[in-house]
Amino acid sequence: MSQPKTLFDKIWDSHVVDRQDDGNCLIYIDRHLVHEVTSPQAFEGLRNAGRAVRRPELTLAVPDHNVPTENRAGGIDDEESRIQVETLAKNAKDFGLPYFDMFDIRQGIVHIIGPEQGFTLPGMTIVCGDSHTATHGAFGSLAFGIGTSEVEHVLATQTLQQRPAKNMRVMVKGALPAGVTAKDLILAIIGKIGTAGGTGHVIEFAGQAIRDLSMEGRMTVCNMTIEGGARAGLIAPDQKTFDYLKGRTMAPKGDAWEKAVAYWSTLPSDDGAFYDKEVELDVADIPPQVTWGTSPEDVAPITGTVPSPDSFAGGKREAAQRSLDYMGLKAGMPLTDVKIDKVFIGSCTNGRIEDLREVAAVAKGHKVADGIHAMVVPGSGLVKEQAEKEGLHKILLEAGFDWREPGCSMCLAMNADKLKPQERCASTSNRNFEGRQGRGGRTHLVSPGMAAAAALKGTLADVREYLK
Amino acid sequence: MKPFKELTGIAAPMDLINIDTDMIIPKQFLKTIQRSGLGKNLFDEMRYNDDGSEKADFVLNREPYRHASILVAGDNFGCGSSREHAPWALEDFGIRCVIAPSFADIFHNNCFKNGILPIRLPEETVNALMEKADRGQNAMFTVDLERQVVVDPDGVEISFEVDPFRKHCLLNGLDDIGLTLQKGGAIDGYEAARAETAPWVTPDAA
Repeated sequence: MSQPKTLFDKIWDSHVVDRQDDGNCLIYIDRHLVHEVTSPQAFEGLRNAGRAVRRPELTLAVPDHNVPTENRAGGIDDEESRIQVETLAKNAKDFGLPYFDMFDIRQGIVHIIGPEQGFTLPGMTIVCGDSHTATHGAFGSLAFGIGTSEVEHVLATQTLQQRPAKNMRVMVKGALPAGVTAKDLILAIIGKIGTAGGTGHVIEFAGQAIRDLSMEGRMTVCNMTIEGGARAGLIAPDQKTFDYLKGRTMAPKGDAWEKAVAYWSTLPSDDGAFYDKEVELDVADIPPQVTWGTSPEDVAPITGTVPSPDSFAGGKREAAQRSLDYMGLKAGMPLTDVKIDKVFIGSCTNGRIEDLREVAAVAKGHKVADGIHAMVVPGSGLVKEQAEKEGLHKILLEAGFDWREPGCSMCLAMNADKLKPQERCASTSNRNFEGRQGRGGRTHLVSPGMAAAAALKGTLADVREYLK
Repeated sequence: MKPFKELTGIAAPMDLINIDTDMIIPKQFLKTIQRSGLGKNLFDEMRYNDDGSEKADFVLNREPYRHASILVAGDNFGCGSSREHAPWALEDFGIRCVIAPSFADIFHNNCFKNGILPIRLPEETVNALMEKADRGQNAMFTVDLERQVVVDPDGVEISFEVDPFRKHCLLNGLDDIGLTLQKGGAIDGYEAARAETAPWVTPDAA
């Protein structure tokens, strides 16, 4: 029998176009998502060299980072943002790429719409000039972020020059308790392995807690793999994966579907496959998680306190002190005492329908606390439409949430949605870096339910209080 | 791409771990549709006050580090987003080499596409270089890619590892796309074979 292979090995091996003697490979790219921020210089490069896009039909372009989340009919006020979005539209037209403009109901965050359209499929290689491309790994596809030079390389050749990553497995045991979600699970993992824990590796998430997650939850987990240092996260495809994809617009149909499912079913890692690194975590007893600092590894249970920098060693001690100074927090303070100003619910991490259902379940019958601005930004036009069909927007509007148009919004604040200096936000996004949500802004990463609870309380709060 | 052969210049110390791409170049500067001109906004929030004046204590605002061409930094440099604006901003400022105990994967990759050499060295070695980089005008380092050595201000040579193919591309300033297009036949062959074995890869139209 041949050597047992991991899911990563199988996808990698089936995409090698050329292998050099030094181990560098040329790998084929099945899907390329393109947005307005990291692509203009790539198209300019193609034009300057007189090159075409090799496989336009394997490419999908959509504006997401710069689009306004209110009064869209009024266009984009900020001139640079507008030029960037117009440049994408022109490039898509000139190079013949499928393109969803910001008035198309299918428009949304690249990592939400890929799976939604069935453009994302198991066993594929998927890239985008965006580090959260890792999201698509939830389908058992090798998906990772690339820089603009590589965007140009994929456009021109449909390949990338790569060396294979190492294999890492994170085994997640136990069943998640009530009120504890995929977001808490991935925050707990990042807290454990650190933001460089997966560097040089692809992380495969396995174990009962992962199998139990919905596809939305799996996407949340894989999405933040990059915050754990790994370019790609992977979850083996199973019946849930196939059920999610069946019938989606761009997914295969009929005989092609049957063939595809038969192939996808061979993808899970073989018994005895080798992992360069293994980590185990039991989530049966974890409380909801929240970040206190300016690195996604700065994670604590909501039942805990702000840690003391002295509890860390080496360079982390100094970094933790810098974080506390920036965040305006004191060591020893209970996290539930931390007052907030804003709430952001959305992003490629938590902008899917299940996330909005979670928020509505907590918000129902309550009111947003005085002085708190709580934004809800659906991940796509279709997510928004579905939420409105279910009446979620009514629950949220009645509770005092701000219901907006789809886009990346205040996850990274490239559009008009941003924090002011020293404003504090409970956010369902993925990065709490200094200045991420606006210069001087302070971000606490939480799950959608936790963000909703914070909006109602006006402080960081334990969502389980609202689920009794 | 500009070739990288040998570099002699001032090394600036940045003794901080997890320097992320939002620190290197904040998002408001990603709205450009060009590659050039980002150097003035490198480390923008660390480097400037709200009124646009310089923060006097930030290393790149001090002499001689204003003229640094090398950075010595803490672990996990370049973590965060895939924005190639980070190496573009470094390069535009004049930084052609970053020395750190580790780099985030995407940033590491992006450096090589822009004529910047990221050098991984053990933490103790980086700490020693960090101290020597603190010597101001005398923090003159030489990086010799051909021989794979960093020569510190005391003349001590420290060897480093680099992928041979990437070294070859950097030394010669080679264009990746040009190299790949020479393998066009292999790509054609792969596509033809895959159309047979995995026909679903070509999507139905959106």
